[in-house]
Amino acid sequence: MSRELKFVEALQEAQDLCLERDPSVYVMGLGVSDGAAMFGSTKGLVEKYGPKRILDMPVSENAMTGVALGSALTGMRPIMVHLRLEFAMLAMDQIVNQAAKWHYMFGGQASVPMVIRMVVGRGWGQGAQHSQSLHSWFAHVPGLKVVLPATAYDAKGLLISAIEDNNPVIFIEHRWLYNMTDKVPKGMYRVPLGKSNVLLKGNDVTIAASSYATIEALNAAKELEKEGISIEIIDIRTINPLDEEPLLESVKKTGRLIVADIGWKHAGFAGEIVSRVVEKVYQYLKEPPIRITLPDVPTPTTRALSNFYYPLPSDIVSAVKKLLGKAAESKPDIKPEDFLDVPYLEFRGPF
Amino acid sequence: MLEYKKEISLVLLRDTLRIRMIESRLAELYAEYEMRCPTHFSLGQEAVAVGVCHHLKKQELITSAHRSHAHYLAKGGSLKKMVAELYGKKTGCATGKGGSMHLIDLDAGFLGAVPIVGSTIPIGVGASFSAYLQGENKLSVIFFGDAATETGAFYESLNFAAIHKLPVVMICENNLYSVMSPLSVRRPEGIKLSNIPQGFGVQSFHADGSDLEEIYQTAGQAIEYARSGKGPVFVEYINYRWLEHCGPLSDTHLGFRTEEDVINGKKKDPVRNYKDKLLKAGILTDSEFSKWEKEIAEEIQEAISFAKESPFPEKEQLLEHLFAA
Repeated sequence: MSRELKFVEALQEAQDLCLERDPSVYVMGLGVSDGAAMFGSTKGLVEKYGPKRILDMPVSENAMTGVALGSALTGMRPIMVHLRLEFAMLAMDQIVNQAAKWHYMFGGQASVPMVIRMVVGRGWGQGAQHSQSLHSWFAHVPGLKVVLPATAYDAKGLLISAIEDNNPVIFIEHRWLYNMTDKVPKGMYRVPLGKSNVLLKGNDVTIAASSYATIEALNAAKELEKEGISIEIIDIRTINPLDEEPLLESVKKTGRLIVADIGWKHAGFAGEIVSRVVEKVYQYLKEPPIRITLPDVPTPTTRALSNFYYPLPSDIVSAVKKLLGKAAESKPDIKPEDFLDVPYLEFRGPF
Repeated sequence: MLEYKKEISLVLLRDTLRIRMIESRLAELYAEYEMRCPTHFSLGQEAVAVGVCHHLKKQELITSAHRSHAHYLAKGGSLKKMVAELYGKKTGCATGKGGSMHLIDLDAGFLGAVPIVGSTIPIGVGASFSAYLQGENKLSVIFFGDAATETGAFYESLNFAAIHKLPVVMICENNLYSVMSPLSVRRPEGIKLSNIPQGFGVQSFHADGSDLEEIYQTAGQAIEYARSGKGPVFVEYINYRWLEHCGPLSDTHLGFRTEEDVINGKKKDPVRNYKDKLLKAGILTDSEFSKWEKEIAEEIQEAISFAKESPFPEKEQLLEHLFAA
C-alpha cells in the first residue's frame, strides 16, 4: 500500500524493518538513541530494540568504524550513522584501508556487510565543515559501494538493499531531502544497488544527477516543459558500481548532456560521467557536455556568499537552453540578503 | 619452572623453536628474491606469540599487524599456506593477494593481519563486541607493537572495550623501535606503557617478553581475567627485534643501534635460554632437542616445496573478489 512518507521517515522505516527481521542488524552512532534521533531518522528505534542494538557511542569515529568492521567480520550487520559526513573522515583508515579492501586482499574469504550513513548538511550557515559531499572520494576507492538516494521511495528501498548487501556501503543523505515526501509502500521492498533510474523520460536533453541535484533537475525540467522542452533525467542512485547503460542510451537519443552534482567540479563525479559519455558515445554528442557543480572553494557560512555558491534550478535551465541554442534568459537577480540558505522558509537552525 | 606441567614447558619450547627455524629459513630464502613482498620477520620475538596462544581455544580469535608470522603460526595457521602466500601463489592463505602483511587463517581463528599500525586493534575489539551483542562472552586477543600505542585507534579502542567490559586481551610487544625510531622520540621520558591503560580502569601487566615461562604465566592471568568478564586487559612484553624492521638483514649500519646493542639484545634469546633451563632441570635432553630440529626442518622443507611448486593465480583473478556476492 502506498502512502506519502517523508524521506527521513522512509530511512527510519527501512532500518526498523531490517532490525525487526534480522537480529544481526544493529545501529551505532553518536546520538542515535538521543531525543533528536539523527534528525528523526532513528526515531523510536531505541524504545523498540534497546540501547544495545541502537548504540550510542564515544566520539571515536575511527575505532568505532573498526569495531563495526570487526563485528561485520564475525556475523553482525552494523549500520553506522554520522550526523554530518565530515565526521566519517576521522575514520578514513578503517573505511578506505580496511573495510574497502578486506574482501579482496584476503582472497574473498571474508566479507564486510556494513552500511555507513552520512548526512550532507546544507543551509543555515553550515559552513566549511558541515556541508561537504565527498561521494567522489568514496567512489574512487574500489571495494566501496556508494549510494545517494534522491527520493523517499528510493531512500527506503536502497537502504534495505544496502543493509542486506555483503559489502561496505557508503550511504549519503542530503539534509534537504529529509522533509521531502514521496509515495512509499509499506513493508519490505528493495531498490537494487548499482542500477541507474530513468526518473523522467524526454527527448531533448539528458540530465544525469544524483541526490539533491536530482530534485533540482526535476524542478528545472518542470520549468522547461512549459516551454515545450523535454528533459530526460537519469538518477544515478548508486555511483559505485556505476550503471552507465541508461545514461549512454539516453545520450544516444538526446545528443546533449548535463551533469548536475552536489559536489565540487575538479576531479569529481560529474567529470567521471562526462568522461564515460565522451569515451563511449562521443559520436552522438551534438554539443559539449556541461557540468553544474559547486565552485571549487570551501562552503562559506554567510548567506551573502552561499547564495552564490550553490547552483540553482535556473542554472540548469540556462544550461539546457545553451545546449539547445536558445537565448538564455536573464540571470535571476540574486541579492546577498535573500534567504536562499533554506529549502523552504520554515526550515530553521540552529542545527 | 612450570613444575606442575612439564609437558607444557616442552611444548612451549618446541613451538618457539619451530617459529625460530621457520623465520630463519625464510630469511635465508628471501635472498633468492622469489618472495616479493615486504616481510617483517619475527626473529627474536617468537616467544610472546607462543606463550599467549598456548592458552587459546581454536575458535577464540586473534588479530595481528605487520609483524605477524609468529602470531599466525602460534595460533595454528597453516605453514604451507603462509609460505605460499609469501611466494605470491594461488595456494597462499590469501590466494596471493595479501602477502606477508595480510595473513589470514579463519580455520585457526586468525582473523587477519594488516600493516597499518593500530588498525587491527578496533577490529579485534569488534570481534568480541559481536559476541557481546549476541549475549555471549567471547575472548579476542589483539597483538600489536609499541608504536601502536601511539595511535588514536589504540586509545579509542581501549576506552570502548572498557565501557562495555569486553573480554579483550591486548598484547603489546615492545621491541623498543618503530622502524628505526626509538622510544625516546615517541613517548615522554619516564612513562611506563603499562601504566597508561590503568587510566581507563583497565587491568594491565608488564613482563619480560623473552622468558617463555613468564610470558606464559602472565598471559594466563590476563586471559583468565578477561574471560571472567571483568573487562579488557593490557599486557606489555619487552622483547627485541633481531633483524631490520622489514627484510632479512641486519640494520646496524644505519646508525640507530650498534652491533653491540644487537649482541646484547640477543643475550635474551628465548629459545636458547629456555632450552638451557630445561636441559639443566633434566626435563629436556639434547637428543630430544635434535629430534625436534630434524622434524621441524622437514616440515619447513615440505612447506617450501609446496609453495615453490604451487601455481600462481590466473590473471582472471585480478578482477575477482572486488565485491562479495
